[in-house]
Amino acid sequence: MLKLKVNRKDHVVDVSPDTPLLWVLRETIGLTGTKFGCGMALCGACTVHLNGEAVRSCVTPISRAAGKEVTTIEGLSTNLSHPLQRAWIAEDVPQCGYCQSGQIMAAAVLLRENSHPTDAEIDDAMSGNICRCGTYQRIRSAIHLAARLKAKGGAK
Amino acid sequence: MNDIFNLSRRGFLKTSALAGGGLVLGVYLPELSSPAEAAQQRVSTFAPNAFIRIAPDDTVTILINHSEMGQGTFTGLSMLVAEELDADWRKVRAEHAPVDSAYNHVGYGAQMVGGSTSTWTEWERLRKAGATARAMLIAAAAETWNVDGSSCRAQNGQVVHAASKRQLSYGRLAEKASTMTPPQNVALKDPKDFKLIGKPIKRLDTPEKSNGAGIFGLDVNVPGMLVAVIARPPVFGGKVKSFDGEKAKAVAGVRHVVEIDRGIAVVADGFWPAKLGREALEIAWDEGPLATLDSGMQREQYAELAKQPGAIAKKEGDVATAMSQAAKRLDAVYELPYLAHAPMEPLNCVADVREDSCEVWTGTQFQTGDREAAAQAAELKPEQVKLHTTLLGGGFGRRAIFDCHFVRETVQVSKAVKVPVKVIWTREDDIRGGYYRPRTYHSVSACLDAAGNPAAWQQRIVCQSFIVGTPFESVIVKEGVDEVAVEGASNLPYDIPNLLVDWQRAPGGVPTLWWRSVGHSHTAFVVETFLDELAHAAGQDPYEYRRALLGKHPRHKQVLEFVAEKAGWSKPLAAGRGRGIALHESFGSFVAQVAEVSVSKEGKVKVHRVVCAIDCGPVVNPAQVRAQMEGGIVFGLTAALYGEITFEKGRVKQRNFHDYPMLRMNEMPVVEAHIVPSTEKMGGVGETGVPPIAPALANAVFAVTGKRIRRLPIRAEDLRKA
Repeated sequence: MLKLKVNRKDHVVDVSPDTPLLWVLRETIGLTGTKFGCGMALCGACTVHLNGEAVRSCVTPISRAAGKEVTTIEGLSTNLSHPLQRAWIAEDVPQCGYCQSGQIMAAAVLLRENSHPTDAEIDDAMSGNICRCGTYQRIRSAIHLAARLKAKGGAK
Repeated sequence: MNDIFNLSRRGFLKTSALAGGGLVLGVYLPELSSPAEAAQQRVSTFAPNAFIRIAPDDTVTILINHSEMGQGTFTGLSMLVAEELDADWRKVRAEHAPVDSAYNHVGYGAQMVGGSTSTWTEWERLRKAGATARAMLIAAAAETWNVDGSSCRAQNGQVVHAASKRQLSYGRLAEKASTMTPPQNVALKDPKDFKLIGKPIKRLDTPEKSNGAGIFGLDVNVPGMLVAVIARPPVFGGKVKSFDGEKAKAVAGVRHVVEIDRGIAVVADGFWPAKLGREALEIAWDEGPLATLDSGMQREQYAELAKQPGAIAKKEGDVATAMSQAAKRLDAVYELPYLAHAPMEPLNCVADVREDSCEVWTGTQFQTGDREAAAQAAELKPEQVKLHTTLLGGGFGRRAIFDCHFVRETVQVSKAVKVPVKVIWTREDDIRGGYYRPRTYHSVSACLDAAGNPAAWQQRIVCQSFIVGTPFESVIVKEGVDEVAVEGASNLPYDIPNLLVDWQRAPGGVPTLWWRSVGHSHTAFVVETFLDELAHAAGQDPYEYRRALLGKHPRHKQVLEFVAEKAGWSKPLAAGRGRGIALHESFGSFVAQVAEVSVSKEGKVKVHRVVCAIDCGPVVNPAQVRAQMEGGIVFGLTAALYGEITFEKGRVKQRNFHDYPMLRMNEMPVVEAHIVPSTEKMGGVGETGVPPIAPALANAVFAVTGKRIRRLPIRAEDLRKA
């Protein structure tokens, strides 16, 4: 039995401790917004926050998440109100959409640590996330827009 | 595959009331006038289509029969209906249609998506569906108010009677409207009155793709479902000789180990135990005839084949005579590798096989075939199979497969273990799973006359066919030539008086398939880089050289001029940068691109900027046309810079994104996509951004290094400075 907190809710799961966090989220807890893309931390589709840090859940054994707080795309906001989600909609970012949970979760950590990232800083933070549809240019614009939305929101 | 299918106007309509109220409008589309015409136009019979659902709460749901895989069908096709319906766009929703011949592709005679055809093939049918529904809603309102229909008009989800200042919403009219007699011939709007079509409308599916709510095939969960991974032969065409599943069964969570046609399935409580169970399987394989397949040896085999004449795809004039009289002759060999589609969502399928029914959930591009295959595998009739189309985490052609293997194998596993089963492919299963863009070998020669103009062009293409032996053979293979193997080469737009293009079919074995832009993915590269070589040999500017040869092709010429202007072709570039241009027609659209690159001392290519122009005829949603150009460019750059599947001892060498890399954010150039205003015939956009980018890139590399790229992917060692 392992305890963890996912999106501010406590969970007790009974799985083998080597099971990757990704599959516990998707199959045990039923949060399917976090995606499986490669299983080797190469594509970023499975990105979630573990105690606030972006991790690749496909290679994070559940034992490492025990007692910690996990945030998934479902926990980012309940109503698409996060600046990144608003920016994603404004910039019409997704195509197939499969990688976008991971993109947004990676971008959320970037924006928390750097309120106005430059293009080069976006490259550094986002190059671990593959988008096969090729939406990078819009992701870049949306991150810049989210930074502006966040700054505006903070001034209120 | 670019001809517009002639949809007769002799349609008739049928409606039926929805349980719980609301209007379902079905548009029956007509049969063609003669069987011969039907065969020629590859149109099978049309059956009823229900595309619109209007609920009492005013929600308008459009049933989409072309799977949404990122290309924007949910939005674009909904716009066609909503425009003529005068719907309130904020109330419009899209969902995938169920499987029924009513939803068949009007050109393919099956429910499937592909060939960059979704918008233009539905242009008339869906607008008619919307206009018909609008007429019935107006009739319902007129009857309710006891006024003449002509005194009422529809606007933004309401029917309005201006004289009496009354209005009723579509939701309130829906039930009554469903009892109205559908009009025989509805008038469609004059394009100048369009409110949605032609505007950059935002995608309907962005919210659910920004909060994790969208359901892809991999996200489907059915009560009592188990998860399976399958051990498939390590060599294509191999078979299980014998296996021992005891160690796999000993893994905690593994429930079943079963043999199916394509290998051994390990069925478990979840993905992780299933994967561990598969690793514990002991299988002896009969590797079959491809056990010695080696990419280097295959290259020699293709080179040998290229020495023999092939089936003639195009012949004009007399190439041999022209070559003998030429002022200058060029010969080159071009090689392109097998490529995997690698959609971000690995293949998967859920099946629930019961005694007398079968339910399937999957992200597919080929519903008709998959349902048929599921029925066969379940030993049921197709009508006993219910197939649900989920969102597709990318398709690019990989999810439209004649043998329907990812559905068939899932049904086999569910049937064997008698519970619902989700089969998940790992990334390794995907990269090594075949159905690749075929490897190709092109032997090309051309000669110039005294003025430097091309006098003759000869191109021999060696590659496998994935059409021969399929139901599409009778329409795609003509006089021994697989059209999709030579498309883009056999229809050169340039004025070249003597032309010969032929095709040598390479032996099969490696499963191959259409890969975003199909034959154009290799022919455009060869044609547009070799033409650049001719321009250089003639001492002419590659843009001007092309332009002068396009006298008979105004759409090609216009889009080329457009991109040259937008890219500032004649303006000087920063030191160390080179510029390349390419032009290609595919799927009824005309696309030209200019790439700006630099190349490091180590031979690493950096793409700085890509300017793209497309003439796709009338545009439904310019925002999505631009998105498809951006995406197509990234897809093509990935292939040109990295994509390659190779074989050693029969096995695929690549396995995941470390050795089958994708373009990433830090490599993303600035892409400027422009749309050429056009009222010409409508073409496609999903694939058409891909073909020109590899040649534009290679030509830019030549401009900056003086080195010609004649094989893909581009290799740093070929460009390294000595």
